[in-house]
Amino acid sequence: MHKPLLLAFGLLATGPALAAGIEVEIELPRIDVSDYRRPYVAAWLERPDNSVAANLAVWYDVKMRNAEGAKWLKDMRLWWRRTGRDLEQPVDGVTSATRNPGVHKLSFTEGQVPLGKLAAGEYRLVVEASREHGGREVVTVPLQWPPASATRNEARGEHEIGTVAVQLKP
Amino acid sequence: MKLNKHLAAAALGLAIAAPAAQAHEFWLLPSSTVLSSPGYITVDAAVSNDIFYFNYRPLGIRDNLVISAPDGSTVAPESLTQGKLRTVFDANLQATGTYRLAIANSSLMASWKENGETKRWRGTHAEMAEKVPANAQDLVVREGISRLETFVTVGRPSEIKPTGKGLELLPVTHPNDLYEGSPAVFTFVVDGKPAAGVEVEMIRAGTRYRDQLEKITLVTNADGQVSYTWKEPGMYYVKTGVTGKSDTMENVERRLSYVTTLEVLAQ
Repeated sequence: MHKPLLLAFGLLATGPALAAGIEVEIELPRIDVSDYRRPYVAAWLERPDNSVAANLAVWYDVKMRNAEGAKWLKDMRLWWRRTGRDLEQPVDGVTSATRNPGVHKLSFTEGQVPLGKLAAGEYRLVVEASREHGGREVVTVPLQWPPASATRNEARGEHEIGTVAVQLKP
Repeated sequence: MKLNKHLAAAALGLAIAAPAAQAHEFWLLPSSTVLSSPGYITVDAAVSNDIFYFNYRPLGIRDNLVISAPDGSTVAPESLTQGKLRTVFDANLQATGTYRLAIANSSLMASWKENGETKRWRGTHAEMAEKVPANAQDLVVREGISRLETFVTVGRPSEIKPTGKGLELLPVTHPNDLYEGSPAVFTFVVDGKPAAGVEVEMIRAGTRYRDQLEKITLVTNADGQVSYTWKEPGMYYVKTGVTGKSDTMENVERRLSYVTTLEVLAQ
């Protein structure tokens, strides 16, 4: 049952009618501590003037009783300041549960939620992670929209975030 | 309640005696200044030799503490407790926006000569006409207004309206939107009007772990504004005061003081 579906997706992905998009890979490193908690992570696109063009992902404890997980959203303090405090949590298509260590691939299509329509120009993909009993880190990857060709940019964090890669599809 | 009396005098000292170099500092220290969801905060209040260390007296809080919600309604403090070195209270912040936690005091003092004897009086504006002879000999009236406050925001910062009374800080930059490396601009107003030439002192927490106070001194410009780019994050004690003649009452010397605690977040 799975195979035909994947195949169908594969066909679509190579189809000529597909809109431009952004693929993002976020690596959460395995951190060897006894009181490890999966980090809160936010990913967004911002313009050179720091204004937010799109909220792409927010991973937090969505399922905690009485929405108590929202209490720590402010610890992603750059995201909180840029956009988090303006949003009503949870945000459809953006917020989801925290994730395990590993590489997480996210795919966004122009014109669709949550990426929407992007004006031509310079942007930064920003990924921020904050971990209970741990640290906080921000990794930024610059990008130019729309891309002339398929390009891949990446940056590496040192503590809470591994490699963040941005693959642009024209 | 001998202690309370002493504290009341101490709290008012801010407004009345306030010599240039005050021996003790008065402050509020909130557990959080930025919340992402509604909930409780707890606040320490003390009088101390060094800012944010409990090393002298608790701050006397009676009915002069007002916690204003973003919509202007008030929230009652909970679990108000006075210890030997500090006073503590909790506040349940349920609305989105900025709460203002303030301890405001005002007083009037008069002294005059009557049959060669010096008379003194202390009370409110309402009582003054009755208690103080209007054309008393050598009449001196002093008005003291002090405000000690801090700000806490749930979600998005909201507007801070002037009380219009005494000296206070008004945002150009919101007091819960301060970051290391970013400039902040504040307006200081007296009775709601910009106050030029006012000296503002700021000291960052943690003085116990450094040799110098690293006091920052700013002076308000013609528009009553000060501007400063935060070099380091942390809790800041901000103090200012002015003296002058009253605009509304004749021959009244005013002493206005203002203290706030601001949190500057890391970038």
